[in-house]
Amino acid sequence: MSTEKVLEISDFNVDFWVDGVWYPAVIDMNLGLAAGKVTAIVGESGSGKSTTALGLMSLLASNARINGSVRVKGEEMVNAKSAILHKFRGREVAYIFQEPMTALNPLYTIGFQIIETLRNHFDMGPKEAHKRALELITMVDIPQPEKSINKYPHQLSGGQRQRAMIAQALACDPALLIADEPTTALDVTVQAEILDLMRGLKDKLNSAILLITHDMGVVADMADEILVMKDGITVEHGTSDQIFNNPRHPYTQQLLGAVPKLGSSVKRVLAFQGSTKPAPVLKLTDVTIEYPKRGRVPAFTAVKNFNLEIYPGEIVGLVGESGSGKTTVGRASIGLIPVKTGSIEIVGKEIAGAKQAQLSAIRRHTGIVFQDPASSLNPRLPIGESIGEPIYLAKIAKGADLARMVEDLLDQVELPRSYRNRYPHELSGGQRQRVGIARALALTPDLLIADEPTSALDVSVQSRFLDLLTELQEKLKFACLFISHDLAVVDILAHRIAVMQNGLLVEAGDRDDILLRPQNDYTRRLISAVPVPDPAEQRIRREARLAAKN
Amino acid sequence: MKLFGRREKPIGEILSGGESAIANKEVEGLSLGQIVRRRFFRHRAAVMALFLLSSVIVFVMTALETKIGPIRIPGWWKWTVEDIPELRFEDCPGGTIGCPTLSVNPFSNFGLGTHPFGQDDIGRDYFALVMNGARRSLMIMFIIGFLAGFIGVVVGSISGFYGGIVDAVLMRLVDFMQTVPIIIVAAVIGKTAGRVGPVFLALFLGLLTWTGLARLIRAQFLSLRELEFVDAARVAGASNARIAFKHILPNAIGQIIVSVTLIMAGAILTETALSYLGFGVVAPDVSLGLLISEFQTSFTTRPWLFWWPGFFIITIALCVNFIGDGLRDAFDPRQRRRISKKDRLKAKIEVKAGA
Repeated sequence: MSTEKVLEISDFNVDFWVDGVWYPAVIDMNLGLAAGKVTAIVGESGSGKSTTALGLMSLLASNARINGSVRVKGEEMVNAKSAILHKFRGREVAYIFQEPMTALNPLYTIGFQIIETLRNHFDMGPKEAHKRALELITMVDIPQPEKSINKYPHQLSGGQRQRAMIAQALACDPALLIADEPTTALDVTVQAEILDLMRGLKDKLNSAILLITHDMGVVADMADEILVMKDGITVEHGTSDQIFNNPRHPYTQQLLGAVPKLGSSVKRVLAFQGSTKPAPVLKLTDVTIEYPKRGRVPAFTAVKNFNLEIYPGEIVGLVGESGSGKTTVGRASIGLIPVKTGSIEIVGKEIAGAKQAQLSAIRRHTGIVFQDPASSLNPRLPIGESIGEPIYLAKIAKGADLARMVEDLLDQVELPRSYRNRYPHELSGGQRQRVGIARALALTPDLLIADEPTSALDVSVQSRFLDLLTELQEKLKFACLFISHDLAVVDILAHRIAVMQNGLLVEAGDRDDILLRPQNDYTRRLISAVPVPDPAEQRIRREARLAAKN
Repeated sequence: MKLFGRREKPIGEILSGGESAIANKEVEGLSLGQIVRRRFFRHRAAVMALFLLSSVIVFVMTALETKIGPIRIPGWWKWTVEDIPELRFEDCPGGTIGCPTLSVNPFSNFGLGTHPFGQDDIGRDYFALVMNGARRSLMIMFIIGFLAGFIGVVVGSISGFYGGIVDAVLMRLVDFMQTVPIIIVAAVIGKTAGRVGPVFLALFLGLLTWTGLARLIRAQFLSLRELEFVDAARVAGASNARIAFKHILPNAIGQIIVSVTLIMAGAILTETALSYLGFGVVAPDVSLGLLISEFQTSFTTRPWLFWWPGFFIITIALCVNFIGDGLRDAFDPRQRRRISKKDRLKAKIEVKAGA
């Protein structure tokens, strides 16, 4: 293995043109990457990490300007002729994107797309290319390669699609692999498999990997070197051990401090003690929810025989991977989805099969915070109106009284009162989620349903959001069903945890029982797949996991 | 183009804004309406079209006497449609009659003259006729626009919001309406009902042209009602009507405005075509299409009889189309301004980190 650098970036700058002014997105970046090594670029959204990834091969939109020097195997890429860029893209530098559903063309089979890449870069006959494509698909462990080669992207699962994209990226044995958030859209267990695959392939093919991610756990798992970015500036650059164990820059320390760690949070005291349990706020008994058949698509049972009780003042975390039915449970609990059989009681009142008028009366005891801060607020309404709507519709207050209550709610979620007249697009994601909480708490509900409220937020924003939620919960004592795919987040908040898989409740119990002494195989697998933001510990966990698998 | 004052923030604040600060830079401190307006005013063709169309409307509407019930507002033009002044013979090319007296040559008899657009066969002032025709055409255009817009929005909203059987029934109605050939139905109605007034014609056309809009609005509703803020409103206790009109409809307003302008541009052409064929506005009433059809035999010798109504038809239709275009771009957030080389060089101001 030579020490020659595959990628050398020096004084790399990217600016964006906005209304007659150049705004810097990447400032004076320097980086060298040797074959067989992994460098991770970490940072929060807007820090310029994806811009860097695209800028390296001049893939940015026309309002970007690139300065400095990027050398791949000694060849200059900045302002290079398009013929040279075409030769290098795909052949020497390959990309893996975040969302394999949109990065693969839905009109062609994965085999076709891999063969296309091969024949673009090599003088290769169709049969030969097909054979090589089959090898690649086998190499990335897609089951039944002979059959899968003729499958379209929509016929594969998320993890398999990501594997197909990796196969395509590796088709030409690239010297450099740029992976832009390769596992962000995937479940933890699938993420662990994809990371294992990437690690194995890197060793086999001796490629360099530039890994771009916001997930410190993934970084700890993969990276040799880490580059921390903030607002386009490289704030710290060092080896993985140095960054994790001895971060020098205050931003790096803050970033690492904000990352939730599994099993490190303090014991939370339950709202009630002893054996006399108060009446549950939410009680689901034998709930089965089915999405009715549509045309030829058969009916789909999303939740089966589900039982859960939430008592006043406690937070119950509901975890599971995508498609496990956790969001369906959340929505059904508030009457947004009808149940097929079983009963759902909120403060003792039945909502399964309730009429519209009854339902809206029961809903006054509930609030919901949604996952996506971009779509959960009406873009045409000032946020004050969004927050005040439940109060106004419940005919509790209007006019000046309503305005005062809205201001109180804004105070509670620590937003300036002047934000009342702002529109959602003027707020950041974290601020929008605060508005979402304020709206959910407008009627001082007994039950709050939080459906993945932090999954679209950066870690530092997430940690402030979770602090706020804990504080509010301790003050207002509402019961909360907290739905999340992130075990570490649930660990911070929840008193009890329920784990779901394929529509079934597999395990439920106190937080520590579930996280430290899981009884169910699936729960165990889920916990072991979560990457820990500590390289040494993660290595141990990884080896243990691989040993358990074999 | 600094048309609207913007609240500028110190650059350091923008940079430290974290989450997609650069993307937010364009929208900071502005309401959605302001953003749309700003984008619209960047679209040069649309702004010019808007200016031209408003001038044409004012010009046309004030030229002749206006009667609103008992109130009569006199126009500024000296002739009316009823006047039959003497036909002019002098200076006309090739021995024709009633040629235009409008002259833009600054050296010989520059100015409007007595009949700037010329005269028709019996001597009526052609400027007055064209003004009257343009007025009718504009009126028809607006009636069609509002009627088709209203029906399209109502049908589309109901269909998209409720879905299921309501949607199926309404959409089959739309399918049926779209198969009706407008010209032939108009011809039949025109023949059987005899002389139809321009208002009746406009209402009739409005009743036939809403289908495309209804489909668009339905599609908008179908995608908007899946968004989380609709669920949030439902949980807050909002009624169906409130969700449809307060939460969903305002988010579809862009589509509505754009489609209505395009319907209007099409309407003016449909009216012209119908009147030309003799099924639309009928003499003695005047419309632009009717003027063209009436004098079509004289075009080889007296082409100005064709130019003037044609000029107004094209101007109005083109302006409305450009405005619709500008609005569509303004409402579509994915539209990005293209940056020219000149812009790139002009952008000298740079923001340096930490400044």
